[in-house]
Parts: sequence; structure tokens; C-alpha cells
Amino acid sequence: MSDHAERYAPIGGRLLTAPVIILAALSAMGISFVVWRFLAGLGAVTALNDGYPWGLWITMDVVVGTALACGGYAVAVLVYLLNRRRYHPLMRSAIVTSVMGYTLGGFGVMLDLGRFYNVYQLPLFWNWNVHSVLLEVALCITTYIVVLWVELSPAILDRTATMRSERLRRVTAWIRPKLEIALPFLIALGMLLPTMHQSSLGSLMMLAGYKLHPLWQTPFLPLLFLISCLAMGYAIVVIESSLSAAAFRRPGETHLLSSLGLASSVAMWLYVGIRVVDVVRRDMLAAAVALDRHSVLFLIEMALFVAAATLLTVRRTRTSARWLFRAAVLAVAAGGLYRFSTFLLAFDPGRGWKYFPAVSEILTTVGLFSLEILAYVLFVKYLPILPAPQPPASKGVGTAGHASVVH
Amino acid sequence: MNRRTAITALVGTAAAACGVTTARAGTHGAGATTGAKATSAKAVGLLYDATMCVGCLACVSGCAEAQAARMAEEGRLYQESRKLTPQARTAVRTVKHGEAECYMKQQCMHCIDPGCVSACMMGALSKDERGIVSWDGDRCVGCRYCQVACPFNVPRFEWNNARNPRIVKCEMCWPRQDKGERPACVESCPAEAVIFGKREELLTEAHRRLKESPDGYVPRILGERDAGGTQVMMLSSVSFAELGVPDVGDEPIPQTVRDVQGTLYNGFIAPTVLYGVLAAVVWRNHRMTPETNDGPEEAEHVGPR
Repeated sequence: MSDHAERYAPIGGRLLTAPVIILAALSAMGISFVVWRFLAGLGAVTALNDGYPWGLWITMDVVVGTALACGGYAVAVLVYLLNRRRYHPLMRSAIVTSVMGYTLGGFGVMLDLGRFYNVYQLPLFWNWNVHSVLLEVALCITTYIVVLWVELSPAILDRTATMRSERLRRVTAWIRPKLEIALPFLIALGMLLPTMHQSSLGSLMMLAGYKLHPLWQTPFLPLLFLISCLAMGYAIVVIESSLSAAAFRRPGETHLLSSLGLASSVAMWLYVGIRVVDVVRRDMLAAAVALDRHSVLFLIEMALFVAAATLLTVRRTRTSARWLFRAAVLAVAAGGLYRFSTFLLAFDPGRGWKYFPAVSEILTTVGLFSLEILAYVLFVKYLPILPAPQPPASKGVGTAGHASVVH
Repeated sequence: MNRRTAITALVGTAAAACGVTTARAGTHGAGATTGAKATSAKAVGLLYDATMCVGCLACVSGCAEAQAARMAEEGRLYQESRKLTPQARTAVRTVKHGEAECYMKQQCMHCIDPGCVSACMMGALSKDERGIVSWDGDRCVGCRYCQVACPFNVPRFEWNNARNPRIVKCEMCWPRQDKGERPACVESCPAEAVIFGKREELLTEAHRRLKESPDGYVPRILGERDAGGTQVMMLSSVSFAELGVPDVGDEPIPQTVRDVQGTLYNGFIAPTVLYGVLAAVVWRNHRMTPETNDGPEEAEHVGPR
């Protein structure tokens, strides 16, 4: 992986830019609510209740958030499984978004656990309830966070290899060959684990039974969750790369990204097909077009999927940087809405129960997402994450600052 | 090509897994509760007869006293005991039915095949040999998946307790039962509206009452088959829907998830095979395509922009 040092380069540049300051302020606000939650309890910060035990934090930070963090998984499937090496330049930034998304997701779970001080028991396998879907999700996500950080470590090692400290350089040289051997097996693990837990996130809601509206309550939950996370994973890499290109004034990578868009559209057509067949097979077609609250929600979800998939299938829109970006945003919205509906909007425990997130709850989530973006910005600025400018083009995009690692 | 073979195998495995899942899910309606757990002869339960209940709430205070919970002043207790709270493991709901007042006792139904127990990661919620579902705070991480999984919305969480929030629900007074006593609500009921015994005997008794006065009851024993059967059962003269009891269906709550996940994860074979295939393909690609070499594919696409 050390050979990658020339192919990836840090952006460099000033630390305290306006966006960084704003993101830091929002993060600080979010963290203050986190502190409050640990001092005063979940009831003080959230609007959760016994009918709606899972709210915005679980739905947004974990269920939607980890799907947004599936870029690393989705691109890894292309690069390492299907051996499409040309996507390799996107791999590191995809991994960084995954690392951030999953780490924050894990943190979001910790916030939400009422008795967080008991999580140390998770590895005590003799206590495991192997029938619990949540156990599988918890173990898989925890392991995957570790795997992601190890997958990211070559980028960190590229940096430490050039640091002044002799000792750090020696440690780097010692770790690298070992990592080189382990990496293929870790990469395989990095594909297995999301396949397992992203599908199981869907299976979680099967236990909700009648509380989840029948348009969403289906034995296909795991398959739909798996496919939606892949569609969102490819789309988020398109968004992230386009935004990076714009924010850091770098050349775009539309040719690669439009192929990712195509991959996303394949996943979305598959999703739409399965969803429609499932709804028809379970005789829910009438409910789907009844135009009540749930029907409208379902139709919006399908419209988003079809619109995004169409834009990414049609060659003309897919190869236009602007339309590609818009379509990717639609794809993320489609998958996000499906997951949000399954865990919250289409969840109804029955008469008398109401839930709307508290302001402090919303601001906590805003803070956590800001922290995630802030960490991404800092990582690409100081570590070799984004593809290095191509030699002929590099002179023209000099605004990017010093590429300190290229040697 | 080797790669193609690997992918075919992979897709095939996935398709087969999905196929089996669908097939299993499809046969659901017909197979009904094939996976339902049978009750043991030791299974104990409660039978609540709403037609005998006078709505005095003695069971609620008896329950509160039994768990040494701090008693609120009478008025507040009366207010709160209309619904379950972390302080009230049982409550009596009052519903106006024409001129008359009808009552419905609320509490954990002690499902034969409980959703909450299936949900719980570390086995904090478990079912003992008597079928009592109880909570162990030392194992609970407070994820509240049990609340999502409970079809009767029974477990309560102490939302405003930051340091030691508990999941609270009826545990059928197992400490009293261990001493040979009956549950506190049964003990304190002046009208014998709620009785305690072996589930089988209670079910027989319920059927006897229905047969004896068919006009006095709706022809249904709540808990006989609901959610695959529960150990707490109820009789009423007005429909249970009117009394605010959700219709949860006859299938045990964990049934579908057991079918689907059980198929996908049976013996952990599929994940192991999948990992083997993934690792083999990644390792082979890694070896065949040195990282330093972009390969023809990449050279072709990353041309001048």
C-alpha cells in the first residue's frame, strides 16, 4: 500500500477556514447536549417514550447514518471483488467517510443506551442470546468500526512514514509489511460485515410486528436494507467526491463517478423491482395507492427511487457532472427516506402514543453530523486521502496547496 | 475465468438464500404457528375476568406494596394507575360502555414465546421454567429493543433516571412465588377477578366460564392464542378492542424473524462460506494485480480529462 503515497495526497491549506469554524461550533453544541444527556438522562434531552423507544438518534445517526457510510463497502465490492481497479483512487476517501459515519454511528448508539455502563458485557459470549438480531448488529458494527480504522491505517502510515520522529518512522516500517499481509483478509471481512449487519438492521423491525405499517413490514426487509445501503453507498461517494472537488477546487472525476452512478442505479432498479413485487404479492397494492398518509409516504419513496435510478441510467444525465450530482442526492434521499420510514414514520405503537423529536434531540444529531464532516475535512487536509492531482494537470490546480507527502 | 466463477458462486449463494427465505415466508399463512413453543406443565399464569372486576385498584396498590415501591398519595395513585408506569407494573383501565363502566387490567402477558426475550441481546430478559418473564439489570444495556418488540406495549423505561434507568414490567411476583405465596395482585383482589394457577388449569376454567354463561362474555379468551399464546389470560363482556387491547394476531412475535434469520444464519454456514469466497477472490485479485500496476483497465479509463 506504500506505493499509494504518490497516488493520494493531502490537500493541505489553512486549518481555520469559515466552514471549519462553523462545523466546530455546531459540533460543540451537539457535544454539550451529549453531556447533558449523561447528566440528566434520556428523558431530559429526548422526546422518547415507552411507545416510541427508538427515535431520531437511532433512526438518523445509526440506521440512516451507517447507510450513508456504506461508500467504503460499496466501492470495495467494485474494486476488490469485481477487480475494477480503476476505482481505486476513490477508495481512500470512501473509507474515510465510512470510518467517520460508522464511528459516529457507534457513538450514537452509546448515547442512546440507557445503561451504557453495561456494554462491556457485549464480548461475554456465554451470555449471548444468539437469537437476538440486535446482538448480531451490535457485534458486526463494533467489529466493522475496528476493521475500517485498520483499512484506513495505510493512509495514516503514509503520513507517519514521512514524519520527523525517527521512532515513529521505525514503528511504521515495522507495521507495514504485517498490514500488507493481513489486508486482503481484512478487506474481505470489511465486505462480509456490512452485508450481515446492513441486512440485519432491516430484520430488526420484523419483531415490531403490527407496529410497522404493512407496506414496510415484509420478510424482504433484510434484502431491501442491503440493496438500499449499496445504492446509497455509491451515491454518497459521488456526492462526497463532487463536493470535495468543488470545495477544494480540484479537478472532478466525473468519468469514474458516472460509472458509480450506474452501479447505484442497478441497485435501485433491483430495489424497486423487489419492492413492487413484494407489495403485489402480499396484496398490499390497494393500500399502496390509497393516498392516505402511509400510501403517500410509500409513493414519495418509490418516486425518489425511480427518478434517481432513471437519471443515473440515462447516459446523457449520468455523464453530466451537474445531473450526476443531483441524481446522487436523490438516491441518498430515496434510501434515507426508506430507512427513516421503516424505523420511525411508518412505526405506530398504537393509540395514545406520540413522538416528535425534541429540539435538543435534533440539535444533537446536527452536531454529530457536523462533527463527522469536520473530521472528514481535517483528514483530507492532513492525510493522503484524496487522489493526487495527475502530473499534467497538477500545475493548473495549484490552489490546493502543498502536497507534502509526494516524494 | 476464475473471477467470474467466484462471482457466479457468490450470486448463486445469495440467490439461494433469498429464495429459501421467500419460500419459508410464503408458507407462513398455511404453516401458521408450527414453530410455536409449547407450554410446560409447570407454566403458571393469571386469569383476569373483567366481568368480576369492580375497578377498586386494590391490585395496583397490592402490586406497588409488594415491590416496596414508594406509594404516591391516593389521588395520584388513582390517576396513574389508569396506565402502566415504572411505578405501576399493573394498572386498571376504565372504559365507558354505554351506561356501564368496564375495566381492563394491564400488565405483562408473559407470552409463551415472548418478543422481548427474543430481542434481548444479553439475555437480560429471560423466561424461567415457570414461564415467568423477568428482567436482570446486570445484563441490560438499556437499548429498549424489548419495548419495540412487545406487541402489548408493556415494558416501561425510567426515562428520567440518568444513573440507573430500569426496564420495569410485571414479573408475576416470582419472589413471592418462591416463598409459596400468590402474586400480590391476586392476593389483594377482593372480588377474585384475578386468579392464579397453572396455565392449563386456568385455561380450562376460562372455557368453563364461557360455556356456563355464553351471554356474559365475548366468546374469546385473550391470551389463549394471541401472540402464540400468553400465560396471563383475560375474559371480558365487551370486545377487547374497545378496552384498548391491540389485535396482535396468533403468530408468535419472534416467528418471522426466526424463519428469515434462521435460514440466512443457520449454523453460521452461509456467512462462513461467504467469507471464504470473499477472502479467496480478494486475495487472488490482490496477487494478480500488483498495487503498483494500474492494469490495462485502469490505464484505459484514467486518460486525459
